Amino acid sequence: MDLLNISSTMLYSAFILYLIATLFFGATIRQEKSERRKKTKAGTIGITLTIIGFIAQLVYLITRWIASGHAPVSNMFEFMTFLGMCMVLGFIILYFYYKLTFLGLFALPISMIVIAYASMFPTEISPLVPSLQSHWLYIHVTTVALGQGILFVSFAAGIMYLIRQIDQTVRNKRNIWLEAIIYTMFLFVGFIVITSVFNLMDYNATFEGQQGNEIAEYHLPAIAGPMGGTLVTEDVMEPWFETPSWMQGVDAGRKFNSVIWSFFAGSILYGIVRLVTRKRIGAKLQPLLKSVKPDLLDEIMYRSVTIGFPIFTLGGLIFASIWAQIAWGRFWGWDPKEVWALVTWLFYAAFLHLRLSRGWHGEKSAWLAVAGFGIIMFNLIVVNLVLAGLHSYA
Amino acid sequence: MNKIKCECGHINPEGTVLCEACGKPIEGNQHIDGNEKHKLLNMRYDGTARRSQTYNKSIIDRIWSFFSSVKVGVWLIVLALVASMIGTILPQQIYIPEDAVSRDPAIFYEDRYGIFGLIYYQLGFHNLYSSWWYMILIALIGISLVICSLDRFVPLYKALKRQNAKRHETFLNRQRLYSETEEVSAQDIETVQKNLKKARYNVRNDNGHILAEKGRFSRWGPYVNHIGLIIILLAAILRLTPIMYTDEYIWVREGERTVIPGTEGDYYIENKDFIMETHNENDERFQQAIQEEGVVPSNFQTDIVIYKAKDAEVPGAAPELQPILEDSIQMNKPAKFDKYTLYQSGYQVNEFHNMSFYIHETDDEDETALGSFTIDLTDPESEYELDNGFRIVIDQYYPDYYLDDNGTPASETDYPRNPAFVMMVYPPDSDSAEISFLGIGRNIDATGENQYKLGIEDFEMRDVSGLTLRVDYTLTYFVIGAAIFMIGVIQGMYWQHRRIWIHPKGNGLLLAAHTNKNWFGISKDIEKSIENTSIKMVEDQQELD
Repeated sequence: MDLLNISSTMLYSAFILYLIATLFFGATIRQEKSERRKKTKAGTIGITLTIIGFIAQLVYLITRWIASGHAPVSNMFEFMTFLGMCMVLGFIILYFYYKLTFLGLFALPISMIVIAYASMFPTEISPLVPSLQSHWLYIHVTTVALGQGILFVSFAAGIMYLIRQIDQTVRNKRNIWLEAIIYTMFLFVGFIVITSVFNLMDYNATFEGQQGNEIAEYHLPAIAGPMGGTLVTEDVMEPWFETPSWMQGVDAGRKFNSVIWSFFAGSILYGIVRLVTRKRIGAKLQPLLKSVKPDLLDEIMYRSVTIGFPIFTLGGLIFASIWAQIAWGRFWGWDPKEVWALVTWLFYAAFLHLRLSRGWHGEKSAWLAVAGFGIIMFNLIVVNLVLAGLHSYA
Repeated sequence: MNKIKCECGHINPEGTVLCEACGKPIEGNQHIDGNEKHKLLNMRYDGTARRSQTYNKSIIDRIWSFFSSVKVGVWLIVLALVASMIGTILPQQIYIPEDAVSRDPAIFYEDRYGIFGLIYYQLGFHNLYSSWWYMILIALIGISLVICSLDRFVPLYKALKRQNAKRHETFLNRQRLYSETEEVSAQDIETVQKNLKKARYNVRNDNGHILAEKGRFSRWGPYVNHIGLIIILLAAILRLTPIMYTDEYIWVREGERTVIPGTEGDYYIENKDFIMETHNENDERFQQAIQEEGVVPSNFQTDIVIYKAKDAEVPGAAPELQPILEDSIQMNKPAKFDKYTLYQSGYQVNEFHNMSFYIHETDDEDETALGSFTIDLTDPESEYELDNGFRIVIDQYYPDYYLDDNGTPASETDYPRNPAFVMMVYPPDSDSAEISFLGIGRNIDATGENQYKLGIEDFEMRDVSGLTLRVDYTLTYFVIGAAIFMIGVIQGMYWQHRRIWIHPKGNGLLLAAHTNKNWFGISKDIEKSIENTSIKMVEDQQELD
């Protein structure tokens, strides 16, 4: 299908454009010191490329929409990709307020990780089940993602604030925590790398249950095999152990195996970087941000929450409730996804209230901004894949 | 009350931190907003006298102070947040999956999650969101919302109404954005005023003391959104009453007409047809996904007729039914009549409707029927008498037959999904029965000596629709509450209250500014307004702590 080809080419182009844009934002490091907040050529090129990339991704979205006949936000791949796009949009919006090119150096790579992570899930167009057949699908989902994309900018600014401000001269609790956050991002990259490698090799290991029925298909070598499964594919690695039985849910074994691999690959990547830099990565990045005013980061962090919070509320709670009322006859049902949307909302509400008190600006805010986005990602990944309620897509 | 008179002549209520008119810090009250340790003034509520910070003698004062504290509010939010998280660790009782050994929480949680599940259940976390303590937590947040808002809104509103353009010097130099210029021409001051007006500031000039103000209404945003939240909480309380909220679930079989529960016998429903469709697996677009994931349903639909019952003229007689609505209910397309809404919520395909059996001699290879009878599986009779004198007594009926753990026959549900029978066959004029066991694919002769054998002649199947009936009068209130919340939150978040003060001093002036958020924005406003004048740009005196 032609349209689908255009669609995936566009997504790919967008990804490459974001990558090049990041490099240009990186090039602003040297210029920045003398002429902070003045227009720089590299910065202008960077944001222009970002916008072109965003448009390319928009074309991806529209063509896929036409090809499938419904808004492409209905499974894990589609939603994560769309979230990545909204994160880029969030960055573009905040960029035009504050003209801080460094923000791009952090926000774009993280958005790219999210988009790449998305494409590790099945990318075929899947038909809509009856409950998703409604205009509210795109009204609700797009608003939520836009809100989350803007809230993401506060995460990016928060991370930058922490890297900029936390003392790295001696090892302490705070810089270890920061390092742990950076390490987590490596795990995602590890997952992407290892999955891509084995996908290229077309790796496949099939497991059968006691009745000889196929119970699992692995695309990564099985370290943790599925509960009660026997490997039937020849010439592949035997599982080292079985997935413990208390892990419930669809494909628990395969998911657990992916998590193990992410830790493997992510830790190795992280280890290599540590060996090369011989420093905590936070410490290595710190000098880059010397020329950015922490005040400005603090403000971007707070501002993006004030912009994103109302949009998130509208999409994640209000539109969500309206749709739930139409589809299921109850606007609120304490489904895990709903509860975690409420948790996210309460968390940011607490954040906004804490900003009223003295002593909660700056570093404490930055930790909160980081944690807030952690909750959003938890709701997206863990709740979908593990807690699985009415919203389980993948 | 001990009113405090400021040197500017304004009389302030007790507990004021910054004079409502001129902003001069009032001696002896600075600890209230924590100003004494800092250079900058705490401008959060413009230094107004808040009840919670002023009185704390009586119990009411204490309760008021407790709930009006932002710290307490945040703690309540955090507690609600943590509690909500705990409720998602294991499924709530309503979400116990269908493949569970038992829907009984006392069995399910321990069976599936072991000792952890048992503790979870015993702590009542399987119904966490309707537990008394969770409700109390939410109620406390509600109380905190009301008290916090009143405590701050009233004095803040008065203070902003009474503020003078002329401010005390210490008020200016203890603002976050501040500058002092030694020499300024009257021309320059004129330019600044003009520029500020152009930037849509509301400019007041009191003998050279200038106050430029913009977006004050955004200060009311938090109070407006709190009102919205309170309406939502009140609506939630209303929803607990049966008058405002009804929730019924009914199974209606195809071809069946039945009274709708929850409508006080006023309405009947007929299920004409249940339709389940699946996505076409040859559809190019979805081919691959369907191949991998299996068949995907595309439509669940129940074609229904709703009847209104007219009271029968003779009491006790069946009511007269008048069709009022013919509709197709689908997911995302509920049917509405009167005050009720009907949703497509569940289905059961191919439930057995009836089964007919025939009887023949065991030795007869042609299985010539000696007689036959039909059992209505939703309402089986206990005995069937055949024309030729045979009598069949239904000894046992298992609508949904399976063998339990002990190997004894049992019924998994009450629905005829896999019917099985133990039948006693009495030949004509005989008092001794032959026992047969019959089910789908089963025909067992218990003794092996039966002279007559039963066979299944035919059966009919039908689908069952699960429909939810709702009446929810509280929806309007939720909608109003949510709308007010959104208005308030946008008002407070997307606009900012910006104020710029100019205070003449000698030949020069003091310039100071305050905003409740977006300091970057107000700095830009000032930068633009003082362009091409000799006035110095404000400096940010913030101490990031």
